[in-house]
Amino acid sequence: MTDAAADPPPEAVRPASASGAGRRADRPLPGGRTDTWRHPLTVRITHWINVVAVVVLLMSGLNILAAHPHLYWGLSSTFADPWLSTPTVPNWLLIPQGRNLAEARKWHFLFAWIFVANGLVYLIWALVSGRLRRRLAPSGRDLRGFWPAVREHARFHFPTDDRARTYNVIQKLTYLAMVLAVLPMMLITGLSMSPGFNAIGGVLLEIMGGRQSARTLHFISAGLIVGFIVVHVGLVIWTGFFNNMRAMITGWFTIQPPGSTAGPKLRRRPPADGAGS
Amino acid sequence: MNRRRWLTGALATAMASVVSACGEASWRLSEQARRMGEGLTRRAQRLLIPRDALAPTYSRAEISPDFRANGSIDPAASDYRALKADGFAGYRLVLDGLVERPLSLSLAELRTRPAQTQITKHDCVEGWTSIGEWTGVRLETLLDEAGLKPEARYIVFHCFDALDQREDGERYYESIDLIDARHPQTILAWDMNGETLPVPHGAPLRLRVERQLGYKHAKYIRRIEAVESFAHIGRGKGGYWEDRGYEWYAGI
Repeated sequence: MTDAAADPPPEAVRPASASGAGRRADRPLPGGRTDTWRHPLTVRITHWINVVAVVVLLMSGLNILAAHPHLYWGLSSTFADPWLSTPTVPNWLLIPQGRNLAEARKWHFLFAWIFVANGLVYLIWALVSGRLRRRLAPSGRDLRGFWPAVREHARFHFPTDDRARTYNVIQKLTYLAMVLAVLPMMLITGLSMSPGFNAIGGVLLEIMGGRQSARTLHFISAGLIVGFIVVHVGLVIWTGFFNNMRAMITGWFTIQPPGSTAGPKLRRRPPADGAGS
Repeated sequence: MNRRRWLTGALATAMASVVSACGEASWRLSEQARRMGEGLTRRAQRLLIPRDALAPTYSRAEISPDFRANGSIDPAASDYRALKADGFAGYRLVLDGLVERPLSLSLAELRTRPAQTQITKHDCVEGWTSIGEWTGVRLETLLDEAGLKPEARYIVFHCFDALDQREDGERYYESIDLIDARHPQTILAWDMNGETLPVPHGAPLRLRVERQLGYKHAKYIRRIEAVESFAHIGRGKGGYWEDRGYEWYAGI
């Protein structure tokens, strides 16, 4: 899909290659910075719909969990011996506000439809357009650079120059895991809790190890999503909140001059300064 | 075409409700969206799940030793107490409404009907699951015996129990459509785990409608009524919990 409405003047547009539909040329900015085209319209729209859907699903899901805040493994509940009992969740985290199983279920299922429809649009588009392969699939070189990337991340060191044009290997693997494993897992485990769906999806129920295992896996997957959101939003802020938000709203992302990084630059001092250390 | 209209309608209403986040008007909109979502969910299940697709069954070893009794566990209504005191000897199941030949059957008479046994899971709307073995007669057998009139569309179960335990309290009731009423696993159970159905689990007779959540499985059944519409019963939503906001079709 191309974004005709936001097209820059024709001379700025590179001829679209077969795999690069919607690709735009860089726009030079003052001070050695460059605007680069990062998020096509489909990504931006599905991203924000997904934000709304996932937040409503998490908050209504917490309300549903509150009706029986105990988790078990296996076919049925072992009431005297739950695997995990979750603490009471404050009201402001619940949809609707205050415990209400009937209403929470309606919110949950309505936004589950939106989540699934939106997710399918994204996945099909990402596969067909080749974006999944181009931007998210890690190359062999990416994978060999995994441990150095981990070390860079551990030092809260993130390049904001040309190296930020493509996702780093940890980003690629995390995004892939989210869109191909964790988010689909929510749907599969959710459906496996449905006695109606069990009548046709009995095999799936067996793979999960029973309805109570499916429910616990649903909760664990939701926990992984919360963990992702915390790290994701944290890094969005750390690596340039306005630039990142602008990219996910307008599509354009600003590349800083060579050598720029987000994060502490203390350890970048040349050794000559630090004699004796 | 109709389904596509539903889908776009549900999405449009949902998005509208998200955009205008507060205020009375948007609340009403979002309520409408949630109702449409419920309709979509019900239709999708009816579309995807074949009429006679069976709920999974389990082995004896998998039966829950701690099957939870929920809702009413010992009805206080005087008519129920009198029957219970007498071991339900005076109990008669009434099947009437839109039928050719209304039935009134004692437990002994019911037990002469062909019985079937199934070990299934009971999925509560709260999230827990228990597994139990149920023995009883297929609802379809009794419906055929009584002869459903062509205009009958729903089967309503009137129960003895009132959740507030008051004599004049609102009695529990439930309803299912004919697809579920005629489903091969839909039975009126009088035995649980090989023994007479205990009071906490709905003695003397309860419904098993295995592809739906626990609150559809009416306990303490007093009377079964075939109707064209349940709009005139209770608050009109088809069941005690449905009248309090829960889905009528409880497949998920």
